[in-house]
Amino acid sequence: MASVTLAPARAGAAGVTVAQLKWRTSLFNRICVGVLIACALLWLVPLAWAADTALKPNAETTKTTWLIHDPTFGAFTNALRNTDMLKWYGASFITSALAAAFTVVTGSLAAYALSRMRFRFKNWVFWFILAGIMIPGQVLIVPQFREFGSVHLLNTFYAVFLPQVPTAVAVFVFKQFFDGLPKDLDEAARIDGASSLRVYRQVIMPLSRPAVAAVVIFTFVTTWNNLLWPLLVLTNPNLMTIPVGLATVQGAFGIRYADTMATAILGALPLIAVFLLFQRNIVEGIAGTGLKG
Amino acid sequence: MSTQAVPRAAATASRRVAAGSREVSDESRPALGFLAPFLLLYLLFVIGPALYGLLMSFFHTSLVKPGLGGFAGLANYTQALRSADFWSSLWHTLWFTILTTPPLVVLALAFALLAERVGFGRWFFRFAFFAPYILPSAVVALIWLWLYTPGLGLFDTVLGKVGLTAPNWLGSENFAMVSLAITTVWWTLGFNFVLYLAGLQDIPRDLYEAAAIDGATPWQQIKTITVPLLGRTTTLVAVLQVIASLKVFDQMYLITLGGPNFKTRSILELVYDEGFTNYRTGYAAAISMLFFVVVLAVSAGWFLLVRRQEREV
Repeated sequence: MASVTLAPARAGAAGVTVAQLKWRTSLFNRICVGVLIACALLWLVPLAWAADTALKPNAETTKTTWLIHDPTFGAFTNALRNTDMLKWYGASFITSALAAAFTVVTGSLAAYALSRMRFRFKNWVFWFILAGIMIPGQVLIVPQFREFGSVHLLNTFYAVFLPQVPTAVAVFVFKQFFDGLPKDLDEAARIDGASSLRVYRQVIMPLSRPAVAAVVIFTFVTTWNNLLWPLLVLTNPNLMTIPVGLATVQGAFGIRYADTMATAILGALPLIAVFLLFQRNIVEGIAGTGLKG
Repeated sequence: MSTQAVPRAAATASRRVAAGSREVSDESRPALGFLAPFLLLYLLFVIGPALYGLLMSFFHTSLVKPGLGGFAGLANYTQALRSADFWSSLWHTLWFTILTTPPLVVLALAFALLAERVGFGRWFFRFAFFAPYILPSAVVALIWLWLYTPGLGLFDTVLGKVGLTAPNWLGSENFAMVSLAITTVWWTLGFNFVLYLAGLQDIPRDLYEAAAIDGATPWQQIKTITVPLLGRTTTLVAVLQVIASLKVFDQMYLITLGGPNFKTRSILELVYDEGFTNYRTGYAAAISMLFFVVVLAVSAGWFLLVRRQEREV
């Protein structure tokens, strides 16, 4: 150990040790590459196997081989024909988009007030909203269900997306982001006589696209994937979202595994697309704005 | 980490108030306008239901009857605390948390460390580990039910080829929870992986360079620099993971339906069963409140841990 430590100091004589160290580092790196690739491939097996199964004719699925003798998209047509998949797509898209839009507007307005305005009880309001993070949404389902029942809004899209909107995290993401924007900009606009609403709309929001992207993607994906709540409030098959629809279809195909996997893949596709399109926003959202602040 | 950021943010806010004495105007009215849409929805769908739930837990509220029903006092709570179902589902929830948290923290850390070292194909690794995380639970359930299918599933066949007898993945009372845990690790690891990748980026490069000049092997660098400096990320990942695991519902509901013989029924599934199958919403609300106390205790523990870590730094 001691000789290794001294190695760089004795450049000429210690060439061997440096070379050894380099060799060991590169060996270590190569092992890392191998292990990581192996794990990543292992992680892809379930998805690959689902795709593989979906491309087989139903009769071939029991053979448990990756080889497909007779690849077909028949399972996908079956899945589309035998389920209300297209309606579910529509319901999921509408509710998720509404939740995302409402969350961005209400969350950023509140964050603007908390970041840029002076008013009494500001810290109280801030802590009041912070407290919401502590309450697990699942604790609220029973009272929320009664709430929507009493105003006859069960089995509507309102019931699905409205409870998703007031997320304290969105306010914090926006507030954190707004706090990081230089004050000079809005003060300049102020001097020109712009109102708060104009500063918010024409100065702050156009500069906050990363925060908007993070909040939109996260609200969209969580609303899209939510199971328990829409499962409770939606009993009308015409309004079901993808997860609820898939939960009811489970087992409907019996041993027709190709059809089942095709249904699963159709349910997964929009999110895989969202992931591929917005990968950087998603990762940065989690890493940066989302949880650190 | 969000909790520590808050006092900092609040401090900057108050400093700004002090500095901005140039404009003395109080903006209470426009501020209320900005806050109103959020606060209205927040009161309607978070604070209101939370208080209503608390109230309901003291009444014999029924799903199928209007109003709160007769006053129950603490009867719902004493019944829950005396019920075998409550304790067994609490245990199942804890058991699931114990089974999932260590692999979800350790594997995510290991994969992130490896991905950081490898330095290429970042896109591919992120896709492989993170893509499952954004899938709906229903899709995950369909895929894994097929993988676990006795006799025909991929796992049984692969193990059979190696000459091993596959466990009865979902049919065995003892093994079903392990299978659910395996599925969950596959599904949600990506989130922790990304958190760790972010934590790794905050470690200054020159630390490694200095260590390398001192002759530290890669393994020593990981052990003495990376892992200790990731301490706060690890606390965050672990606590978020514990809370997420305690809230488990989808996997049980979709894959095992709480079975076999209720051996995988989680606490939230009990709430669902009592409230929406047995129509006992008051009782279900009381169980929710007890669950809330558990989550709150975990969050408080985290807060104390973070404060201690901050004092040490």
